[in-house]
Amino acid sequence: METALSTSALVTAALLRPFAGEDGEFKAPGIDEFVGLPALFFEGTPFEINRIIMVRLIALTIMVVLMYLALRKTRLVPGRGQGVAEMALDFVRVQIAEQILGERLGRKFLPLLASLFFAILAMNITGIVPFANIAGTSLVGMPLTMALVSYVAFIYAGIREVGGWAFIKNALFPPGVPWPLYILLAPVELINIFIMRPVSLALRLLLNMMVGHLLLVLAFSSTNFFFVSVSGPAAAFGALTLTGGIVITLFELLIAVLQAYVFTLLTAVYIQQAASEHH
Amino acid sequence: MLSSSSIVTEAGAAIFLPPAYDIIWSAVPFALILAFFFFWVMPRFRTILDERAELIEGGIAKAEAAQAEASAQLEEYNSLLADARAEAGRIREQARADGQAILADLKQQARAEATRITATAQQQIEAERQAALVSLRSEVGTLAIQLAGTVVGETLADDAKSTAIVDRFLADLEAGEKAAK
Repeated sequence: METALSTSALVTAALLRPFAGEDGEFKAPGIDEFVGLPALFFEGTPFEINRIIMVRLIALTIMVVLMYLALRKTRLVPGRGQGVAEMALDFVRVQIAEQILGERLGRKFLPLLASLFFAILAMNITGIVPFANIAGTSLVGMPLTMALVSYVAFIYAGIREVGGWAFIKNALFPPGVPWPLYILLAPVELINIFIMRPVSLALRLLLNMMVGHLLLVLAFSSTNFFFVSVSGPAAAFGALTLTGGIVITLFELLIAVLQAYVFTLLTAVYIQQAASEHH
Repeated sequence: MLSSSSIVTEAGAAIFLPPAYDIIWSAVPFALILAFFFFWVMPRFRTILDERAELIEGGIAKAEAAQAEASAQLEEYNSLLADARAEAGRIREQARADGQAILADLKQQARAEATRITATAQQQIEAERQAALVSLRSEVGTLAIQLAGTVVGETLADDAKSTAIVDRFLADLEAGEKAAK
């Protein structure tokens, strides 16, 4: 993982080197976009708030306020706000909860899935919102917390629906496999289900958001560099990087929604697998 | 955690090791979000969905009830119509039968009346004939006697004798008539 990230940082640096070489001033965006940010409030305490934390809190607050305003006065024939909120909630209810988990379990786990979906969506979208310009999920704490919630949820579902022993047995010794294979399969499944699932949930979200931010910074800072610092025909590259930045912005919008969907969907799938008798 | 992160900072591992404030500012807001969705958003959302489903189902049930009522009424109407038709047919039949009976009755009465009238007339004729016969007998007898007295020149003054003669004559006449018949 460390090597993967440092590789990505190296790649971004390498991409920029030809341009950076022309003028020593250009600095490729790197890990310091996320680590070692100056504190805004409560410096040095466990309640320290830096830029990303603040964006995260504002995004969640706005999401809660919008949801509250939309559903404050509910009517049978919905107005605009209620209509949009209902459509979004219905998407999670129908496309994720009920499709994966079915009627009964879907109903049970819908609040959890909706919380995950809307929280991730709100914090992802800030990555392309002007003045925020960074996803609230691009610090590891939030993806990790949500992955842990998902982890606890599917283990709870397994114990609750099929019983602790049957859940472990189904997970580690899947039926329909010749028994000698269990020697190989059980450890693989153990690592896969109880370690890799939460880790991959957290890292998929975190790295998608980090890389998206790096790409945007790269595109727009290089555009700035070409237009401001470079003179002559080379400055025309700025138009290219600007176009690239706009395209990446639209792409990030898609990624923001997609990652919220994927995280929630996988949580639902894990719950379904844990809760079913055989899988 | 601080010491471990300081060791591996240059490798970028700090990205994956959240400081305490990151954990706190993740867990607390997300816990609040969970509570918000569990206790406020989802109950409201469910209420809306349930109300709407109820409304739609209620509407469907109402429409079905109306449909059932309408078809029941149609059936009732049809049966009433059939009853009325049967009744009308029956009445028509009855009227026809009654008419025929009345006609037959009237014919019978007329026939009886005619018979009676005929009988009365015959009786009257008979009575008149008898009366005529009686008066004729006495008058014809008297006339005949007078005529004969005149002719004979002798007065058949003895009434008893003349009456006997006339009666005998008439009896002979009747006997002759009967024999002729």
